[in-house]
Amino acid sequence: MQGLLAQGISVRYGARSVLAGLDLPLLRPGEVTVLAGPNAAGKSTLLRAIAQLQPHGGKVLLDGRDLAHVPMRDRARLVGFMPQSLPAGSSLVALESVIAALRAGDTLGARGADATAMAVLDKLGIGALALEPLSALSGGQRQMVSLAQAIVRDPRLLLLDEPTSALDLARQVRLLSELRRLAAEGRIVVAVLHDLALAAQWADRIVLMHGGHTHAEGRPELVLTPALLAEVYGVEARVERCSRGRIMVLIDGEHAPG
Amino acid sequence: MSDATLSRYHRQGRRNSALVGVLALAALAALLLDLMTGPAGLALADTLKALAGGEVARGTSVIVWDVRLPVAAMALLVGAALALAGAEMQTVLENPLAEPFTLGVSASAALGAAVAIVLGLSLPGLPAVWSVSGNAFLFALGALGLLQLLGRIRGGGPEVLILFGVALNFTAAALLSLVQFVASADALQQLVFWTMGSLASAQWPGVMLIAVVLAGSVPFSFRAAWKLTALRLGEDQARSFGVDVTGLRRWTLFRVSLLSAAAVSMVGVIGFVGLAGPHIARMLVGENHRVFLPASLLTGALVMSLASTLSKTLVPGVLLPVGLVTSLIGLPIFFALILRGRRR
Ligand SMILES: Nc1ncnc2c1ncn2[C@@H]1O[C@H](COP(=O)(O)OP(=O)(O)OP(=O)(O)O)[C@@H](O)[C@H]1O
Ligand SMILES: [Mg+2]
Repeated sequence: MQGLLAQGISVRYGARSVLAGLDLPLLRPGEVTVLAGPNAAGKSTLLRAIAQLQPHGGKVLLDGRDLAHVPMRDRARLVGFMPQSLPAGSSLVALESVIAALRAGDTLGARGADATAMAVLDKLGIGALALEPLSALSGGQRQMVSLAQAIVRDPRLLLLDEPTSALDLARQVRLLSELRRLAAEGRIVVAVLHDLALAAQWADRIVLMHGGHTHAEGRPELVLTPALLAEVYGVEARVERCSRGRIMVLIDGEHAPG
Repeated sequence: MSDATLSRYHRQGRRNSALVGVLALAALAALLLDLMTGPAGLALADTLKALAGGEVARGTSVIVWDVRLPVAAMALLVGAALALAGAEMQTVLENPLAEPFTLGVSASAALGAAVAIVLGLSLPGLPAVWSVSGNAFLFALGALGLLQLLGRIRGGGPEVLILFGVALNFTAAALLSLVQFVASADALQQLVFWTMGSLASAQWPGVMLIAVVLAGSVPFSFRAAWKLTALRLGEDQARSFGVDVTGLRRWTLFRVSLLSAAAVSMVGVIGFVGLAGPHIARMLVGENHRVFLPASLLTGALVMSLASTLSKTLVPGVLLPVGLVTSLIGLPIFFALILRGRRR
């Protein structure tokens, strides 16, 4: 069975249960799935559980293989992960950090690692930052380097936690179209996004999480409805259909003018 | 464009390797200087000839081989061991203030030494000259074992380890005070001298022991270089790159503890080198551990060797405890580098 299947995922921190038997639909290669939902809904926790960075109950199957039982090194070749927050302190240069992503798990020897890492930076349009220390990069630049670290091993499954949160308009488009391209090449892409307009435009599927559960999931136009948004976010929203079937989410909050 | 960037990166890599080479040469030069310095000054030519086993006055040969070389080699090796340990410690504890003695190894070693000096207790079968070092080593290893055990119970994250280490430090220090309290004036003086860190009693077997521990752990350190580099990007990142962070941390702490236990049991507590060596190396070559680790090791060796020379010359006719000297010469260098780094 091709794709990612996460079933009965449960995570607890001490006595507190954050995810209690959460199921995701089968996420197929070629699809970009967006996880959305309010703060503290458990999105990051779910992503870390899928990436096996977090002790959890339940099963995560990638193409039928239980990821928990795949040896760490092989898993690093299958799964790319981009964390929500990035440590700022390192004086490693960007290129070195991407080479480390290749060589730390012995996935690739010295041969070619440098060139592969450089090629990924170029592809993301940040080749000029290659020799800059991470500590000297802006938040958005660091986020792009972190994406490079996640995709450089050419993983089958990409898990990205708020990859666009620090990016400007152009970089958002660049990153999301890169994700679409990676998916089109047969990868499974899962990204947490707070920006529902971006989600509507770029995702094949949105999983709306709320309180540690999957509240709704499906194609963007089925999930982004005023009723569901009111239930999950407690916000009055209008959903407009624009040309070419595009969806716009408009908020008529108390501070919105008009 | 990317080719140009890549070759610039490789040029920087070669520059860093060259710097490591320069550090190695400087450490060797410092060793020679150390050998030439002393109550009877030796010329470079005589020193080299004596080292090579050539024709020199018998006195010169004895001074070089039996008196000065053990001390000079001990300085070099202890500096190397402490700085390498410090570098790895700072990375796995994700804390730039960590040093080899952060986790209570030195305090425990001092306690072991105190037990030997004051209470005259020692391992059965150990020659009397070795009782202090042997006890110190044993206590340091005991502290390490306790820490690994406690860390395993609570998952072994850096904060937990540091907290246990601090607790261990205080406990050992308190027990040390207790032993000092009952010590005779004579034993007390011996103990104070020991804790200040001194090379004076260095002998070949001790040198060999440190050399063996160092030679045994360096290959493992260097093999873990990319894993340690990845850990600088965060624990989740390193794990997702395929690094078994828990195992890496456990084995690195094991190596570090062995290195620092060996060092502290031979020459007493020598501060600063384990903290500053890695910082100086980081400023010189950055944080890629493939060069950072060797650079740290060599910086430590260089600093200790210079300190050993200075301990003989700072006050003519008096051999100062080398632990004092490392702090005295290390600090200005350290400050200068920090200030230079700020300006850039
Ligand atoms: N290390 C932790 N220890 C205890 N509780 C935690 C920990 N990490 C997360 N939690 C709790 O788990 C819940 C889910 O957190 P999570 O980070 O998964 O939310 P999220 O959906 O990613 O939120 P955000 O949109 O703010 O990033 C929150 O209530 C949070 O307080
Ligand atoms: Mg989150």
